[in-house]
Amino acid sequence: MKILEYLKYLIIGTVFGFILVKSEVVSWFRIQEMFRFDDIHMHGIIGLAIVVGIISIQIIKRNNIKDTKGNSVTIPPKDASQWKRYIIGGSMFGLGWALLGACPGPMFALLGSGITVMIIPILSAIAGTYVYGMLGNSLPH
Amino acid sequence: MAGSVLGSFLGGYVFANPEPIDLAASTITDLQALGINDFSGLVPADLISWEALGTPAGLIVLVVGGFLVGFGARYAGGCTSGHAISGLSDLQLASLMAVIGFFIGGLLMTYLIYPIIL
Repeated sequence: MKILEYLKYLIIGTVFGFILVKSEVVSWFRIQEMFRFDDIHMHGIIGLAIVVGIISIQIIKRNNIKDTKGNSVTIPPKDASQWKRYIIGGSMFGLGWALLGACPGPMFALLGSGITVMIIPILSAIAGTYVYGMLGNSLPH
Repeated sequence: MAGSVLGSFLGGYVFANPEPIDLAASTITDLQALGINDFSGLVPADLISWEALGTPAGLIVLVVGGFLVGFGARYAGGCTSGHAISGLSDLQLASLMAVIGFFIGGLLMTYLIYPIIL
């Protein structure tokens, strides 16, 4: 059943969007607070997510847990020798994250919460990914 | 994506929290010094609203901010969820480098560039 297949993603997305808003991680104010190290709110949420993630991934790897289709869960490792792309690209992302106060997930969550002007940064971000696609090969990686 | 929009519609519109965000007092003081006055919603209407799109600061935040997020996420090969949460959870050195990058950019913007824009 195709519909049920999509329903699964819709339900997980709905829970994700609800939590993004209710935990206030979509808030420009919370991002400012995070970069000023004034409160543990954002660091606590991200830090706890990493702890849960580390435990979950270790359980999946050690027990070779399969996904719903019976395939092994594999996470392709990133090539750490490409340090330039992570530092330079990461810094560009950080500039945008602090400026806009939202990363890709929260952009859509803010749109859904009724802040319709978020369609502008969403289109702008898509343009950014497109320009990277054009310039990518000539940038240091 | 459709799900997260639906979920945030429920969380941020249907069951929206009417109270302003309980920010650290020092953040509020710093932002007021930069000229942010409206602390009522999830985002400052001074910068993120259709009205703000017509101002130089709002235009930079919405258009340049969005562009950098999109370009940077592709360049770095991931964003907050991809590198900071999933990548660090998988103990990837590349993700640690990317997160260090996120903070280099974020701190530059917060302390050096935002005071110029606002």
